[in-house]
Amino acid sequence: MNATEQTDVLIVGSGFGGAITAYHLAAGGAKVTVLERGPWLESNDFEHDFLLGSSYTRIFDFTVGDGMSLLGGNCVGGGSVVYFAAMPRAPRFVFDRTGSIGRRMWPAAISRDTLDPWYDVVSEALPVTTQSWDDVSYAGGLFAAACDHAGRTANPVPTAVDNSKCTNCNWMMAGCRFDAKRSLLLNYLPAARAHGAEVRPLHEVQKLTRTDDGGYRVHYNTIDDTDYRLANGSGVIEAKIVILAAGAGATPVILQRSAADLGGMPHAVGRYFSGNGERLNNAVINEERARDLLGLDRGDDIAYLANQIGKGPVVASWDNLDGTLPEHSRFSLEQLYFPPGFGTILAQVPDAQGPSWFGAEKTEMVRRWRSWLTIFTMVEDDNEGVFGPPPPTGNAVRISQQMLGRGPISYRPTANTLRGWDESDAVVKDILERDGLARVTPWTNDVVGAYTVHPLASCRIGDDPHTSALDDRHELRGHPGIFVTDGSAVPGALTVNPALTISALAERAIPGIVQAARERGVDVSYGAPTPDGGTAGRAGVRPQLPLLTRK
Amino acid sequence: MYGEALSMASHCRFHDTLVRRNGEGMPSIQPLLNQDIIGTLEAFADTIVPGAKRNAEDRAVAGVVQGPGAVAAGALELLQTPATGLSDSLEEFADALNGHARLYAAAEPADADSAVPPFVALSYTERTRLVTVLTAPGHPERDLWVSLALFSNMAFDTGAHLHTADAIAAGHPGLAALGFAPPSDDGQWRFPDFSYGRPLARLHPDTTPSGSLA
Repeated sequence: MNATEQTDVLIVGSGFGGAITAYHLAAGGAKVTVLERGPWLESNDFEHDFLLGSSYTRIFDFTVGDGMSLLGGNCVGGGSVVYFAAMPRAPRFVFDRTGSIGRRMWPAAISRDTLDPWYDVVSEALPVTTQSWDDVSYAGGLFAAACDHAGRTANPVPTAVDNSKCTNCNWMMAGCRFDAKRSLLLNYLPAARAHGAEVRPLHEVQKLTRTDDGGYRVHYNTIDDTDYRLANGSGVIEAKIVILAAGAGATPVILQRSAADLGGMPHAVGRYFSGNGERLNNAVINEERARDLLGLDRGDDIAYLANQIGKGPVVASWDNLDGTLPEHSRFSLEQLYFPPGFGTILAQVPDAQGPSWFGAEKTEMVRRWRSWLTIFTMVEDDNEGVFGPPPPTGNAVRISQQMLGRGPISYRPTANTLRGWDESDAVVKDILERDGLARVTPWTNDVVGAYTVHPLASCRIGDDPHTSALDDRHELRGHPGIFVTDGSAVPGALTVNPALTISALAERAIPGIVQAARERGVDVSYGAPTPDGGTAGRAGVRPQLPLLTRK
Repeated sequence: MYGEALSMASHCRFHDTLVRRNGEGMPSIQPLLNQDIIGTLEAFADTIVPGAKRNAEDRAVAGVVQGPGAVAAGALELLQTPATGLSDSLEEFADALNGHARLYAAAEPADADSAVPPFVALSYTERTRLVTVLTAPGHPERDLWVSLALFSNMAFDTGAHLHTADAIAAGHPGLAALGFAPPSDDGQWRFPDFSYGRPLARLHPDTTPSGSLA
């Protein structure tokens, strides 16, 4: 008698790559089990509180590597719960990037034109909406006005935020307790559960092994709900299909740890990691200049003093997203908010006489925090990141009970990436220091290395088996029945926030996964509407189905 | 120079202790900290976010600025919170820091002062130089000192050992220094006035109806 638990489709992780696939496969009739290493919090659990142990630290991970630190979700709903819900589409030129390999790194089948219908599907589902200037926070407005003053354009960013419910509290990283942020807890995940998908929190997958019939055993530990350093049990589930969506900081680690049992992994597993070229600059605004130069007025003779108010990034400047510029010279700039702590420690004092990130001068700068404006830059980096040997469990050696850990990634920015950062820093400085509006400095990379809130590409799709771990349908090369649908599948930096692209790719992967499941005897079909029944996007994707379900 | 001496100094035992404890997920046992340990850690926190001396006899806080710093904001309370993962290693942190301070003092002799731990005996400028070395890229213990700096900073900037609404109500000096606005009566933050409410720039000419570029 085989007492091992069985499922059709086992999904590792419940962020975009996990929730979207869970919904479609469950709706299509498959038995779906989702293992999520983080806890399961719902709207009322999300707290406005910096206290360690509140939702802020329960659902968020900060993994320090060698030269690169990763920030990401650690909860049911994954990144969608902690992210800022900025949802632009990747510019057309991104899909023709050659990056570090000297030839197109995206699969030939994917371009902006072929991905647009999938963008439409996700935009209908979440939904993603445009914002008006009335929705734009003071910080976004200030950045827009500064861009305009510098002769640039600026756009309100499309978001997955229901502005009618938003209080502009700026606690998005702690989870949205007002249901304004359209996280996966409000659409794909409840729809998946309605179709029978089972979601198990605090289940951290460690490795995969093979069954005799070509399926997989998924080995997990169960994690203490307060001290994530503690495992309080373990188990195994057998599945015909495994979908890895643990995030670009964890998916390759699971595969590396599985290599001893599964056999050799593609070269690109745990390589070509991209931090999405991310970089932050901090401006301290001269309030008087903001009023006189830009004509800004909140009332009561206050020009700005509004760092705390808003909803993450709401305005971007896209003038440098110009496909005629050389690779690594194209980038977007986005106004952003990080709460104190993360958002203060790495900010540097302009022209510091002593240390730039701590000490007396820094403390003086922090006292002007209400006048801070943070600018987020996304350049084209060079896929420099490499994962070292996996830690004993999970994807990091956890230091604190929650949030803080030490991970195996190393990242040494190449001259290309450094050039992108230098050029974008210069543009940010030009915009914000013009006519004395502000003093601007980049965050230091000398404390925790570079950093990213959008880890990508550590197990990427492509046509070339030497430089991609997955084929263009997201199946792991040499290991049929294992698919990867999270940010690790994205080939490289996108120059914009990647959540919509990750989601569109996950939607696009589903026809192929359904076909693979059917070939393994799972009675499942493709074609579910959006989680709330929308079908407007269907016609757009239909022409691509034959390619995606080819034998 | 001191940097070279430091790179040769080995504190592997300390590092191993911290990693082993955390790797095995040992339940946290709160050690009783003596005044020397507390003073040493306060001096470190005060190096990260300096503040005014608490009284004329205060040695740990260097007093290089006016107004409260990390110590007044509760750095020691936060460091002793088990959630940080550092709380059962604080004695080792202090010992190691004082070990570095002894090396520093030997390399760059200053007035001998045995009344306080070696790190506390350093001037603010010397403490700053030492912390700069310990947290610099390439230093073998950098992770540990960056962690200690991170939590020292968080004590001031977020009061992470306290419920934030309570901290603000009690006048937490760090959140007050930032000008962090208080919550509504129900303890949640809301900003009904949040927008200039008018167009402030031209849109990119390639903007599509989706809001993204073409």
